[in-house]
Amino acid sequence: MEALKQELKSKIIEVLNLEDITVADINDDDALFGDGLGLDSIDALELIVMLDKDYGIKLVDPKEGKTIFKSIEVMAAYISENRVK
Amino acid sequence: MMKEVYITETNCITPLGFDVAANIKNIGNDVSGIQLQDNSKLLNVPFYASVINDDELDLAFAKVTSVDDYSRLEKMMILALEPIIKKSTIDLNERTAIILSTTKGNVTALENQNSIDSAYLNVLAKKIADFFGFKNEPIVVSNACVSGILSVSVAKRLIQANLYDNVFVVAGDEVSKFVLSGFNSFQAMSNLPCKPYSVNRTGVSLGEAAAAVLVSSNKENAKIKIIGDGSINDANHISGPSRTGEGLYKSIQSALAEAKIDSNQIDYISAHGTATPYNDEMEAIALNRLGLENVPVNSFKGYYGHTLGASGLLETVIGIESVTKNMLFASLGFDTIGVTQLIKIIEKKEDADIRYFLKTASGFGGCNTAVLFEKVY
Amino acid sequence: MAVNKNYIRSFCTIQKNTVFLNGEAVFTTEEDSFAGFSKKAYQHFEINYPKFFKMDNLSKLAFLGAELLLATADENSAESNTALVFANKSSSLDTDVKYQNSISDSENYYPSPAVFVYTLPNICLGEISIKHQLKSENSFFIFADYDPVFMENYCNILLETQKADKVLCGWVEYYNEEYKAFLYLVDKKGGTEHNHKQLKKLYNK
Repeated sequence: MEALKQELKSKIIEVLNLEDITVADINDDDALFGDGLGLDSIDALELIVMLDKDYGIKLVDPKEGKTIFKSIEVMAAYISENRVK
Repeated sequence: MMKEVYITETNCITPLGFDVAANIKNIGNDVSGIQLQDNSKLLNVPFYASVINDDELDLAFAKVTSVDDYSRLEKMMILALEPIIKKSTIDLNERTAIILSTTKGNVTALENQNSIDSAYLNVLAKKIADFFGFKNEPIVVSNACVSGILSVSVAKRLIQANLYDNVFVVAGDEVSKFVLSGFNSFQAMSNLPCKPYSVNRTGVSLGEAAAAVLVSSNKENAKIKIIGDGSINDANHISGPSRTGEGLYKSIQSALAEAKIDSNQIDYISAHGTATPYNDEMEAIALNRLGLENVPVNSFKGYYGHTLGASGLLETVIGIESVTKNMLFASLGFDTIGVTQLIKIIEKKEDADIRYFLKTASGFGGCNTAVLFEKVY
Repeated sequence: MAVNKNYIRSFCTIQKNTVFLNGEAVFTTEEDSFAGFSKKAYQHFEINYPKFFKMDNLSKLAFLGAELLLATADENSAESNTALVFANKSSSLDTDVKYQNSISDSENYYPSPAVFVYTLPNICLGEISIKHQLKSENSFFIFADYDPVFMENYCNILLETQKADKVLCGWVEYYNEEYKAFLYLVDKKGGTEHNHKQLKKLYNK
């Protein structure tokens, strides 16, 4: 799980073009949206694409994204359980 | 004294017909161009959209010219312009301009590495302009989904500045793999025909069309007068509209101030109504802020889908018919109101005395355009 | 045609890894990709706006130019009604091609919303509006080449009809690592008279 969390942090930085942020800057339970990392609606859509592309998970309801992308911790748990790739 | 500017000719090429009369007849009968499409070349799953029949398009185009060198979109645009240029008998000299409105133009050309040149919007515009023999270089407006109505505003401003006497405006966009996949990636496409302003709305249905108008300082044969405009940005987000409808509110205010009328004088609004959760909500908020919550309003997207760069102009053409026929058309696709601030959606066709007509549009990039029109008696 | 004279208050040109402000080179790098050059420019001018890195090349180009001109304008850009009138030749073609590539392989079909949103040329106006809170007139035009006559006319119309107090005009052309941005602020006072002859001169400088 640790490796997956690190991988997610690194992917998020790359996929979302978070230029001045390093993997070390993101804590496992930091809020990704709102006050934490400050991601927005387009970022959420990009993460949905990433779930599909890198882990083979197709979200049936995009609104699920809100709960799944809460933090790295929550994301890693969800991906672990549902990944196809 | 500012010159008075009118729209004196209109035409449209849509799945509901290749002239205005055919479109009005279908709209009057609640006929929609939105159908279930099953075309894996465009999208890997079936989808609802409003598309023009290729055979009908080619047949109509063959009546105008036998030259076979035009893209699908170019055929649509030429067919839209041809009758109004012919009818107006205006000399296409240095006092006559042509404005072309589109968001993606010949984007389908990108699928073939060898034809990228035709994807340039000025190349598209020049081809259309050259077909008719315009002397002036075409002006292209590419400003997301407000382009069609923004072009009318630009035409009116250029005429009032005495740069031209007549401006032909043509607008068009196609339903393409490029755009379908993009809207899909935004989760913005409805899996059913779109339901503007409705509580169960889930997004857009895309559509394609071409529309054309003649904007002129000549009052003869005028269908309507253009009395005010505004195109103000939300300054909020590049893909989501302002929650307070800031840009739309200011655009309408700017148009009202220029026209020197109050918001309570507006008789009918043709709004944007894409049926996304955010757009429709934003419009309801902006209209309420202006005290326009009791003005009959509709979206034409239930008949045509969202025709992108064509929408602002196509919907203006239909709105003009409402004014000249004193008839309000239903906001097709609407069922139960689903915005937090109530607005007066036109639920079925009805007679109405319309003197002042407001057309609004909004688009990606936070853009908004509002144009006010007045009936010509 | 202008009732009152308008002036070019300041202007900025960005091309070939160099930024010019009012005719003077204020930043340059060694031969570099636009991504590299724009990042160094961002750092040099201490812009501090992380969203910059989400923008596509066209928006970065337009944003950089606007940043230099609007920072030196009146303190409250939001108070003064500064319209944006921009144009180019290629529209958003650079990003269009990038997006097309992301959907051309049916085996590797992952359309990106972050790329798709930039497949419209007016998005750069949105980016500038957001950064400077300009709730003002915006329009994006396409021409075969920079058209100083049209730009002069349209800009004057906005000022004379009082749809704007100032206008930030821009030619921002970007395609496949070839780019040129020529932006200028038109106001009621400034060093150079605002007319198409002057514009052509400054554009070609």
